[in-house]
Amino acid sequence: MRDPAPSLPVPRRLAPRRLAILLPAWAWLALFVAAPALVLLGIALGHYDTGVPPFQPPFGPGGAWQGTFANFVAIATDPFYRDSFLRSLLVAFVTASLCLLIGYPMALAIARAPEARRTPLLLAVLLPFWTGFLIRVGAWIGLLRDEGWLNGVLRVLGVIEAPLPLLYTSLAMYVGMVHAYLPFAVLPLYATLARRDPALEEAAADLGARPAVVFLTVTLPLSAPGVAAAFLLVFIPAAGEFVIPDLLGPPEAQLVGRVLWGEFFQNRDWPLAAALAVVLLVVLILPIRLFQRLEAEQR
Amino acid sequence: MLRAEGVAKRFGATMALDGLDLEIAPGEFFALLGGSGSGKTTLLRLIAGFETPDAGRLLLEGRDLVPLPPHARPVTMMFQSYALFPHLTVSDNVAYGLRRAGVPREERRRRVAEALALVRLEGFGHRRPHQLSGGQRQRVALARSLVVRPRLLLLDEPLGALDASLREATGFELRTLQRATGAAFVMVTHDQTEAMALADRIGVLERGRLVQVGPPTEVYERPATRFVAGFLGGANLLSGVVRPDGGVDCAEVGCVLRAAVPVTAHPAGAAVTLALRPERIRMQAEGAQPPEETNAARGTVAEVAFRGELSTALVRFDGGATLRVSRPSAEGAPERGAQVTLTWPAEALTVLAD
Repeated sequence: MRDPAPSLPVPRRLAPRRLAILLPAWAWLALFVAAPALVLLGIALGHYDTGVPPFQPPFGPGGAWQGTFANFVAIATDPFYRDSFLRSLLVAFVTASLCLLIGYPMALAIARAPEARRTPLLLAVLLPFWTGFLIRVGAWIGLLRDEGWLNGVLRVLGVIEAPLPLLYTSLAMYVGMVHAYLPFAVLPLYATLARRDPALEEAAADLGARPAVVFLTVTLPLSAPGVAAAFLLVFIPAAGEFVIPDLLGPPEAQLVGRVLWGEFFQNRDWPLAAALAVVLLVVLILPIRLFQRLEAEQR
Repeated sequence: MLRAEGVAKRFGATMALDGLDLEIAPGEFFALLGGSGSGKTTLLRLIAGFETPDAGRLLLEGRDLVPLPPHARPVTMMFQSYALFPHLTVSDNVAYGLRRAGVPREERRRRVAEALALVRLEGFGHRRPHQLSGGQRQRVALARSLVVRPRLLLLDEPLGALDASLREATGFELRTLQRATGAAFVMVTHDQTEAMALADRIGVLERGRLVQVGPPTEVYERPATRFVAGFLGGANLLSGVVRPDGGVDCAEVGCVLRAAVPVTAHPAGAAVTLALRPERIRMQAEGAQPPEETNAARGTVAEVAFRGELSTALVRFDGGATLRVSRPSAEGAPERGAQVTLTWPAEALTVLAD
């Protein structure tokens, strides 16, 4: 390969045009991300109150501080909230890991498929999105419940006599989670693997590496950015997920999303719910920052 | 050492290799020369094991290579793109093959250092490939291939990605390394000067067939076909009709061509084509006494191009032919439009097979 050409200096005269392009994006971020986050933080610092809205803002008339950090202290000290956080992170971690284990071979197979077959295969990965999310979760209920398809088939075949408890277990929850989030893992993995240089794998084989060794020493390390992206794209939404665990999972598994929902809609404790949301946001920003750091180092 | 017997490979409707036979001697530097689509890279990839032949056998020291996967073949390849592992340091790149072979740590370290010294890259071991220049990367790729002591090294356009200024020096280095290691080198190139400068023997590939194999001087001086004559150094092609006395009537130039060996393989009256190297032709201005030569013809200088050491003139004949004539610039170039007499010795003419 030739030496890379020296990078061209960016003409400064382009600045107004760049601003015109960036302005809508920044406005969007400010209006729909930054402003709601600030409102959320404000509610989290407020006191619970029986009224409409059901909280006192942290700053009273004239800007006097009347807020409290009690909600954050409660989340950090009360085992109920703390455990729901840890359980959510564990569920998100296991879900993301399972999605990687299943999604990597899928992405690699698509990337290695003949060019004409890749688009249909990618469409097949996205096919579940054509059906509504709740309908897909509902389908799992139909498959897994005691009188459901799976138990029915097993009973007809004589494998079991009494129905297996499948629904409302961790297994059912993970099946539903992986099913819902798998495409988010496959797509970034495919994007990375499709760009890989087949000559590198050939060079490794040529130097005596068996196929498994080629994969471990060349293919896998070079796809690390895609692995990290896939992991985070599943981990982050999975950590806040509450519909799937609620509908398929065991009743005792209170995840943070479910707890937040309960505080907000059942207990009407808006400040505590807001504090939970803020903490979840902060917890999830950490791995994103870490990923960005890693990606910057790769270059 | 390496023998290819009737090797054929087809991609869809195109025949990449069409029943190719070839024998490479131990320690030989062999160049496969051909244009794009001639099948030269396909042959290299078949030997390395990245493709499977549709027919034929590939024998390395008597052992059939075809059933062996790439990692089990005692052959290494230097890729045109070099294919250095971007996530590994130069040392780890070079050590990759030794690690796979289970060479112990101490010996590995010693051999990596030796290999880097061989390509004059001592002190570069801790760098990453992207921190190296094109020439340095090429030498890392070479060290990585040679460190495992292959009996046969395949090189895919080894100088193709280098700047013109680096090519000659790198070519000489390649030749020196080949002699030092004693491994057989099989190089693929589309550059005839590169092939002639480096190789002991050249094989010219055209549409999946080897049309001529031989030492560079032989292939250059005695091209077998029109394609070889045109591909190597752009020979002049003269067509004519065989005379009963073994000469060839060439109406294009307006003279009787006399080759060193009378044309007897073709019957009298048959149409033949002969190759004539531009640098074998001497040029005499009108009025000067031309040297006594077997072949002589008179024409008009149509164009003159100065090319440094050599000047090339296009000489047009009344019969319609235009001959390229290359003479040392020191002899002095003729004027455009001048009448000249061209002469060339009998052994400069080669009768082509097609």
